Parts: sequence; C-alpha cells; structure tokens
Amino acid sequence: MHELIPIIARALVYAIVMIAFGFVNALVMGYLERKIAAKIQRRPGPMEVGPYGILQLVVDGIKIIGKQLIIPKEADGPLFRFAPLLSFAPVVLPFIVIPFSKELQAKDFSLGLLFIVTIASINVLTIVIAGWSSNNKYSLFGAMRSVAQNISFEVPVLLSILCIALMTGTYSMQGIVQAQDTVWFILIQPFAFIIYFIAGLAETNRNPFDLPEAESELTAGYHTEYSGFGFSLFMIAEYANMFLVCSIATVLFLGGWHGFKLPFFEYTGAFWFLTKVYVLMLVMVWIRWTFPRVRFDQLLNFSWKYLIPFSLVNLALTAVGIKVFESVRGMI
Amino acid sequence: MINTPDISITPVPPGPGEKAAKAHRFYLNLGPQHPSTHGVLRVILEMDGEYVLDPQPDLGFGHRMHEKMGETRPWSQFFANVGRMDYVNAMAFNHGYAALIERAAGIEVPRRAEYIRVITAELNRLASHLLWVGAFILDLGAFTPILYTFDDRESILDILEDITGSRLTYSYFRVGGVMKDIDDTFISRTRAFIKQLRDRFPMYETLVNTNVIIKNRMTGVGVISPDMARRYGVTGGVLRGSGIPYDVRKNAPYSVYPEFDFLVPVGKNGDSMDRYLVKFAEMEQSLRIIEQALDKLPEGDFRAKVKRIKLNPGMTSFSVETARGELTFFLMGDGSDTPYRLKIRVPSFSNLSVMPELCSYMLLSDLVTVMGSFDLVIPEIDR
Amino acid sequence: MSRYFTDLYYGAKSLMLGMAVTFKAFCRPTVTVHYPRQKIDITPNIRGRLFLVKDEDTGTHCCISCGRCARECPTGCIHLKAVKKEEGKGKDLVQYEYDYTRCSLCGSCVDVCPKNAIDFSNAYELVSFDKTDFHFNLLEEVEK
Repeated sequence: MHELIPIIARALVYAIVMIAFGFVNALVMGYLERKIAAKIQRRPGPMEVGPYGILQLVVDGIKIIGKQLIIPKEADGPLFRFAPLLSFAPVVLPFIVIPFSKELQAKDFSLGLLFIVTIASINVLTIVIAGWSSNNKYSLFGAMRSVAQNISFEVPVLLSILCIALMTGTYSMQGIVQAQDTVWFILIQPFAFIIYFIAGLAETNRNPFDLPEAESELTAGYHTEYSGFGFSLFMIAEYANMFLVCSIATVLFLGGWHGFKLPFFEYTGAFWFLTKVYVLMLVMVWIRWTFPRVRFDQLLNFSWKYLIPFSLVNLALTAVGIKVFESVRGMI
Repeated sequence: MINTPDISITPVPPGPGEKAAKAHRFYLNLGPQHPSTHGVLRVILEMDGEYVLDPQPDLGFGHRMHEKMGETRPWSQFFANVGRMDYVNAMAFNHGYAALIERAAGIEVPRRAEYIRVITAELNRLASHLLWVGAFILDLGAFTPILYTFDDRESILDILEDITGSRLTYSYFRVGGVMKDIDDTFISRTRAFIKQLRDRFPMYETLVNTNVIIKNRMTGVGVISPDMARRYGVTGGVLRGSGIPYDVRKNAPYSVYPEFDFLVPVGKNGDSMDRYLVKFAEMEQSLRIIEQALDKLPEGDFRAKVKRIKLNPGMTSFSVETARGELTFFLMGDGSDTPYRLKIRVPSFSNLSVMPELCSYMLLSDLVTVMGSFDLVIPEIDR
Repeated sequence: MSRYFTDLYYGAKSLMLGMAVTFKAFCRPTVTVHYPRQKIDITPNIRGRLFLVKDEDTGTHCCISCGRCARECPTGCIHLKAVKKEEGKGKDLVQYEYDYTRCSLCGSCVDVCPKNAIDFSNAYELVSFDKTDFHFNLLEEVEK
C-alpha cells in the first residue's frame, strides 16, 4: 500500500504542473499575441499595466474571475456549465506525453502519438455541446460549422503524422525525437510539415479558418453566451490547443529538444524545445493577423481537394522511399 | 412598378398547412447591433441551413428627421445638418446643398472657390474610399488593412482640419463659395500626401487585391446584371462595377469638373470583385483630379458677397457624385427664406434595395460580402 | 489539370507576399500617439467652443448686440440681453449665455457676425460630470 504513495504523489504533482502550465501558457501567449498584433498594426499594444503592459493579462484574468456567470434561462443548465470544463480537459491531458527534454516527460507511452490524436479529437464534442446548450441560433451555426471543419481537417493531420511514424517505426514521442539526432525530419519531409501545419491551424479554429467564431458574421459563434470564467476557459483551451499542435510539429519535424549545448545553461533540452514551439506559435499569430477568413465551402474544398490528395501522395512516396532506402542500405 | 413583398416588423411564422414544408427553416436577425461597421441596420433573414432565402432590410433605426429640419428652419441654418447625414463623405453633401441654393437663387461662384470646392471634395472622397476599403476587408475577417487605411486617412483629416476646423462632419461650404481660403501650407501638404498615397498603393495591391483568399471570396459573388441595376436605380461604384459607365461628374457635369482630365473605371462582370476594383481605381483618378486642380488653381475671391436670399416658388434640384453614388437635393421654395420641402435622394437607399432580389438563396458569408461591397452608410439612408 | 497546379502556385505566392507585407510593417515604428501621456500639437484652426474675442485696445469685447448670432443659430444655443446705451446710439451687452450642449460647431454665428466678435477657441478637452458646467457665460469670461 505504501508503495503507491510516491506514485500517487508524482501523479498529483504532474497534474498540477500541467494545468498550471496551461494557464501560464495562456498568459504568455495572450500577451505576445496582443503585442505582436499591435506591432503589425503599427500601434503600441498594452502599455499601461506594468512596464510595457506585462501584467495586462494578469489583471484581465482577475477581472474575468470577478464577473457574473450569466446563464440564459432557456439554456440547457448542466451541459452549459459543463462545456468549458470539457474544453479544457482534452487539451491539457496530452501534455503527459510531450517530451520537454530528455528526462522531462510525465510518462512515455509507446503509443504516445496515437494517444494525443485521440484525445484531441474530443474538441469537436466540446464545441457542439457549447453551441447546442446555449439555445442561440448563432452559437448553433458556429458549432455546426466547426464540426465539418474539424472532421475534414483531421484526415490530413493523421496522414502526415503517419509519414513520420512510418519513417521511425514507433509511435512513442521520445523515440521519434531520438531518431532525429542526426538530421531533423523537416529536411526529409518538408511537404508533410507544411500540410500538418496548415491542417493543425484549422484544427485550432484560428484565422484564416476561424469560422466557428467568425466575429463579423455571427457575433461570436459558439461562445456567444458565455461570460466570465467560462469564456476565459475557452480562450485558455484555445491557446493550449495551439501549444499542443505546435509541440507535435516540433517533436515530429523540428527535432524536439535537440539543439547545440549552451555554455551557461544546464537544461538546454527544455530551452530549445520551448523556443521552437513558441516560434511556431508566433508564426500562427502572424498568419492570423494577415489574412481574411476563408468561406465555409471553400474551406472544405481546400481540405478535400488539395490537402488530402497531397498527403496521400506524400504517404505513398514515403513508403516507396523507405523501401528503396532500406534495400540500398542492405546492398551496401 | 417593383413588386415588393409585404414587410412587417416581426416575421410571421408559417401557417398550419405550410408548417411541414417549412419546418426546417428559421429566422435569424442580422440585428441592429452588429459588428460589421455599416451602421444601425436590421436585416431579417429567413434561413434554410446556411442559405439565406429572403433578406428583408428593416430601416429607420437612425431616423433623425433631417428633412423636417430643412422645412422648419431658414435655408442658411441647414448647413449644420448636411455634414451629419453621411458623415464619411460630408463635403459632397455640403457641395450639393450649397450649389442647390446657388442654382435656386442664381448666384455665381468665383472660380477659385469652385477649385477649392473640387479639391476638398475629392480629398473627402479619398478618405471615404479608404475607410470603405478597410471596413470591407474587416467584414471579411482581416484585421490589419483597416488600420493601414486609417493611417493614410489621418493625413487627409489633418490637412482638412487645418482649413475647415473639423475632421469628420464638415460644414465648410457656404452659398457663394467656401468659408475660409486655402494657403500655401495646404497646397504643399496636399502635394506631399498625393505622393505618399501613390507609394502606398502597391502595398495594398499585394496585401489585399491579389490575395487568393480575397479573390476566392469575392469573384462571382453577388452578380448584378445591368438590367437589374437599371431597374432599381443603383448608382455609383455598384453601377460602374456592372459595366454601365455612369458618373455624374462626366454625364451631367457640375462645378468645374469639365476642365479636368480623368477616367471613369468600369467593371465587366458585376460581381463583388469588380465593384471593389472599380472603387480602388477611382482613388487614383481622384489623385489625378487633385493634382490638376492644384496646378491650375486661379487667384481670386474665395467667397462671393451674397445678399439676402428669398427662395422663389418652384422646384430646383441639383445632383452631385458622392463616394457612394448620385446624390440629389430637391428644393421646393415658397417665397420665404424657409423651404417648403427639401428632399434628399441618397445613393445608399437605392443600392440597398437591390438586396432582396440579389441575395435570395445565397450563403450567409456571401451576403456579408455583398453588403460590404455596396458601401452602405446607414445614417444617410435613415437621415 | 494544369490549372490545379497554377492556382496552387499563385495562391501560395500571394499568401507569402502578404505575410512579407505585414512583417515589414512589424519592423517599422508605431504611428500612434500615446494620449494622454503624449499629446500632439493641434492646429490653431480647429473648432473648439466659442468665446468672445478680447479687443486689445478697449480691453473688452467688440460685440454690438445686434443679435444676428442668436438668430442664425440652428439650435438656439445663444441667448443675449442688451440695454440701450445712456449716451449715443447702440446697445450695451448685459448678458451673453452660450449653451455648449446644443452647439454643433457649424460656424453660422462666426460667419454672420459683423464685427468678428465671436470666434472658435482651441479647447477640445472639455469633460465634466455635470451638464451645467457647459452653460458658459461668455461675457463674464471676456471681462475677467
């Protein structure tokens, strides 16, 4: 019995750290997004609270916690309250398997990649529940659009992940990172990276694919009726989802925590990992503030007619390439 | 006679017999409060899934009784109102009203005043087009071009603030000329601004005009045939996008526009992309007019001396070209200094009336695009 | 079939060029002014609230109480009272009330004044919690 205590204690510490990391990530990303958006638009951004506005998100969080939780009378009570919590769970849970560095990983499943993809597809369910239980036509619109969008962009994500899994022969995240110690996979599979990045952007419902929360058409889409902490949980979940997508891209294509050793710093693995993930997230922010929204049928067109054929061809070429490479290596 | 369906304020749910057929349709309000920056407009949409079956605009939320104020006050006190009807393009409204009174009373305007009027009106047209480009792309979902266009618009507003004193709702024109003369700083600042805006056009072309997402969203959307445009009386960029080269400055010239050499851009297909490109090209033509006017600016009075005017009985009218289309003022005088009736025909009203026929069975995103491409300013519809 | 690939190529190129434009804008300085910590110099020609012009020679206003400004005002925000002068012709200004909450800064009063006694000031930062703070008494202000 007392052997279980360290296991339970470790699990509790991991859980708390992961949830805290989700919130801290939202804090940092929210601030960076507002500052970068402001600089692109040639204005200063948040400057009042704290030096250069660093504490802006902290104050926003305090304000939002103090708001009244308004629940519409006709809304489906338990489901309406449950939806924000359900949106937060499937994006924080995959943090278990993400390798922040060689030793820093909660648990390395042998099917880690599959685990992430499975849990992340619960996102769609959350949006539908939020849209349906709000009893608001605008929310339902946003929810229905999001279902079609998420389902059609799951396929390119899976196909491009499959290319990497074929190459390394393992689904374990730590194994994939360690297979990249000579060369990063982005140099071998650039198209898979591009397809994965675009499809991942669509999975997170960010501009130019943000129809579920299209502001100028549908007021606010599926989170119209949420106020206060429920709304902020959706936002935190969105940033955590972005982190998840970018960290998968880093692990699969950009070499994970590999990087040359820094002289002054002990934990270079975690440093390089976080740098790469945040660079990718900043690219997502940059894309958001440049392009307009894609129309709904053109969005589905783009996925089914462009991304999926390319990723299928890429998969076939990868399989052929692996066979050729192995036979060449066998001959030499 | 145009056959318009009976519009009631609240939509009537289907009766018992029709219930089965229409059970999956629902009503949605593109309500008076809306994030798109058109104004206070309510559009009642009958939706079938994502498709809009029958949009009915519901006007009147911003009615401020400007025409009634024209009837109860002497003609000289209406200059406070003209700038506020369409605040984005207030100079054109100023021009129309001042020229209307001058035509009714037979007053001659000095040439320098006419040139100043043309220069300020064209600067205001540029400001209006820049705002429209930004707001239209904002409706489509891109958040940055609007800030770039507002940055350019700031230069125009600063230039006009220096001589008129206001930034948005100008009441600068007076009967007989303008209120204040322009000086050398105005001329040099305007020339510098023309060069600055010309250098910015390539950036807008790269960021907006050639962007594949915008091209896909706007081509083929909301095609207005020339016959439909004629039936509803649309004017302005909407009409020119459909292929009809009608511009009041060329077809029924007023002021000193015949002395300038400028083109009228005309589209081919009548879709949203053509309407957008036509108005984008008009900005370059406005810059040409301002350049020519600055080169040819004559010396002289900026305001003619005007005796007390009593409005003769009878009807007078005057048409100008605003950024949105043809604006006409009608005046019915009765011998005193208060008009008997002042009627204002605004271009956005006719442009909006195309919407029920044009947008039946269209996607909701396309409806938003089409409404943005019409360049509506709801306060001028509601007056 | 070739259109499929050319569409893709030109589309991707336009997106890359668009991102280059925003990147260039990111690297340039900001254009906004951090009001109220920084202020810009506004031109003296803006239309602020009205005031009676102080004549340097006499040390007071030049209004002859003809009442044209009150008549021309579309909203009726000017009220003035005058009494006949004891000696000589003309009237003396006794009270000049100006209700800024009704003023639309149209300039009809400034235009029509025969002596240019009333003019626009530069005051644009007028803020108060009380409506009566905007009922100005211009005669008192010019005689101070």
